[in-house]
Amino acid sequence: MDLLTESVKSMNGYKLHIVNTDKYKTNTIVWKMKAPLNKESVTFRALLPYVLQSNSESYPTTGKLRTYLDELYGATLFVDLAKKGEYHIISFSMEVANEKFLADSSALLKKAFQFLAEILTKPNVQGESFEKETVEKEKRTLKQRIQSVFDDKMRYSNFRLIQEMCEEEPYSLHVHGDKDSVDQITAENLYQYYKNALSQDELDLYVIGDVDEKEVESFAHELLQFEDRKPQSISYLNYSRKNNVHEVKEEQDVKQGKLNIGYRTNVVYGDEDYYALQVFNGIFGGFSHSKLFINVREKASLAYYASSRLESHKGLMMVMSGIENKNYDQAISIINAQMEAMKNGDFTDDELVQTKAVIKNQLLETIDTARGIVEILYHNVVSKKDVTINDWMEKMDSTSKDEIVAVASKVTLDTIYFLTGKEEK
Amino acid sequence: MEKITFDQLQEELFYEKLENGLDVYILPKAGFNKTYATFTTKYGSIDDHFLPPGKEESVKVPDGIAHFLEHKLFEKEDGDVFQQFSKQGASANAFTSFTRTAYLFSSTSNVEKNLETLIDFVQEPYFTEKTVEKEKGIIGQEITMYDDNPDWRLYFGLIQNMYKNHPVKIDIAGTIDSISHITKDMLYECYHTFYHPSNMLLFIVGPIEPNQIMNLVKDNQGKKEYSELPEIKRLFEEEPTVVAEEKQVLQMNVQTSKCLVGIKAKNVNQSGEEMLKMELCINVMLDILFGKSSDHYSLLYNEGLIDDSFSYDYTQEAGFGFAMVGGDTDDPDRLADSLKSILLKGKENGVITNESLERTKKKKIGAFLRAINSPEYIANQFTRYAFNEMNLFDVVPTLEGITLEDIEVAANELLSEDRFTVCQVVPKR
Repeated sequence: MDLLTESVKSMNGYKLHIVNTDKYKTNTIVWKMKAPLNKESVTFRALLPYVLQSNSESYPTTGKLRTYLDELYGATLFVDLAKKGEYHIISFSMEVANEKFLADSSALLKKAFQFLAEILTKPNVQGESFEKETVEKEKRTLKQRIQSVFDDKMRYSNFRLIQEMCEEEPYSLHVHGDKDSVDQITAENLYQYYKNALSQDELDLYVIGDVDEKEVESFAHELLQFEDRKPQSISYLNYSRKNNVHEVKEEQDVKQGKLNIGYRTNVVYGDEDYYALQVFNGIFGGFSHSKLFINVREKASLAYYASSRLESHKGLMMVMSGIENKNYDQAISIINAQMEAMKNGDFTDDELVQTKAVIKNQLLETIDTARGIVEILYHNVVSKKDVTINDWMEKMDSTSKDEIVAVASKVTLDTIYFLTGKEEK
Repeated sequence: MEKITFDQLQEELFYEKLENGLDVYILPKAGFNKTYATFTTKYGSIDDHFLPPGKEESVKVPDGIAHFLEHKLFEKEDGDVFQQFSKQGASANAFTSFTRTAYLFSSTSNVEKNLETLIDFVQEPYFTEKTVEKEKGIIGQEITMYDDNPDWRLYFGLIQNMYKNHPVKIDIAGTIDSISHITKDMLYECYHTFYHPSNMLLFIVGPIEPNQIMNLVKDNQGKKEYSELPEIKRLFEEEPTVVAEEKQVLQMNVQTSKCLVGIKAKNVNQSGEEMLKMELCINVMLDILFGKSSDHYSLLYNEGLIDDSFSYDYTQEAGFGFAMVGGDTDDPDRLADSLKSILLKGKENGVITNESLERTKKKKIGAFLRAINSPEYIANQFTRYAFNEMNLFDVVPTLEGITLEDIEVAANELLSEDRFTVCQVVPKR
């Protein structure tokens, strides 16, 4: 049985993906806009969705716009930004109650569609410019958003690792852009950028819920029409550090040191050995039964957390842990020893079976939420592959120990970043 | 087994109180892959002073012990329970709050085995001096991690301002010093006081067959012997209604300042319907005053006093309660003043209108539907409600019945100047 079926239709300028399910009390609509990451556009893209969601032609103030959402039984609208490989992705998500669970049933899905279309295509514009005050306000908030990364040391050290590791690559750009570039944005040039993005970005619309497909298609057809385009794509760039491991220590006033380590996996989503890489990451550091958790935390008591995760479209694996400053060398040597063990095939069948079971569980759980479904399906858009979740699970499940050892040999240590507290004198 | 149906929501809830006193709830969710179960004891960080069953003298235990106990329950003679769960394809976790300790798993296969593992590991404590010592290093790092987190420091700083004696002001994990005094005997004493089935609730939600699951739980419990537990005596010092401190400023390694305004609740002896109504009224009031559709939100945002980290919340449990409003800001003093004056004006007639009330009710009903998409939300919140003698599924009907007068009564009770306090985090000079 297929665990997840999407129907995909080509619309004018975008693809419409519908997943029909009666699991939820709400319907979810997600609009995605994808373009290559680059220095010139990253800050524009970081600002644009926040300007669009703050008001529009028919709802010229945030108060009016949000009042309307409240009236739609608290329909939610939020925007967010992500990096997937060398792409920058803007998402608009709406979730609206399914009227069949309400005493008064009005056509909420259609209204939500109309609202999203308004936000995307009818912004608050004066001539060839967004409304100036809105842009200025959102510029100020964007600067605060960029700055706030500094105050959360876990996010900060993760960001710094990527910055150091991918220095020459677009991937080093921050998803919220660059603080110094914010001031160069005006209501006029942002409006120009908006028109560009709508005519060039790769666009996808996802609708998840207990819906009538024909009806959804007609809403989409009626409300969202764009020019056809040939989205820009980036060929997979294989960066690697040829010389020694890059080691960076940064001193700040923190009590706990943050150790972040970056590896190149040289494998991306959709590659034949991607499934083996997932299992590799699971045995190494993905879960609470993994080598990192057991050895750094449970055996050596060095940390509360010690884990690894994959950046699937970029081919990176990142380790993170919070440790006492004085334990740096010990932690590094334990982590290195776990990586060596992986490369030598020094893991048991139990670890293998266990990890596969947990990954399978995780995938199935992900598709229990509407947002999870969108994230899983969108991997295929980014990678231009066509992997079903059934394929994914079967291939992951049939991975052998030899395949894991083979993929391990591709993994190379690239950068060690340590945010360390100031020495007490 | 009792069956409770919620027609409008198309949900059915099954319930039984077992002979040993354990409350068991089962909510089937067709179409989902995941089964989620929580096994929760009504024992949290505030329960640090109590009379152990069968003893004459009360004991005062070190700060952070409930949380420490939560960590240690996972460790058994033959290794840790995480291993067991992951072999069965499940992921397990636990958390300790002010009033509860919850153990949980989620899994898409081997549900029955996982459920037994959950119940058994919580009901079979195994503590040794050696493993207790080892855990001190791990929890020490957990505490240090939170010490560097400005939002956590701000949150606890605000609660510390409010409470003079009540243990809600103590960090859930304790301090590195306080946990150093914890011994295995203390852990056993706390365990035997609070982990009796009659002080616990088991909630299972997922694509399951209720009879089968209930029988499994009953069989499992039938094999274990529990003597009846006398009522647990928890001891709390008298707590004044006014705040302990009006303001606290923390200097930290941050670039952006943060500011929270808190209000200490006065009537904290409520439970059941009365508590549910109070809680909903205050939440509705905060939504009307500070929600994104409110004039105040626009005003504060336009002036640059708030950004999208701005939030507001009301917490109430037996013995304590508080509202808090705030977020990141460039001008923490001006934000504090503005928030205080908005809140105090909220009491005045005409600020909260019938129109805004009706709209907010709709918004809250939609939010409830969204929330019950989540098995985690249902299990965790249902338990919290049940421990306070409320029912999660009464939220919508209670909301619908709220009038302007109800909001006024609640606002008048909460909003009083001597119960306001401010906590700020500012960049270190």
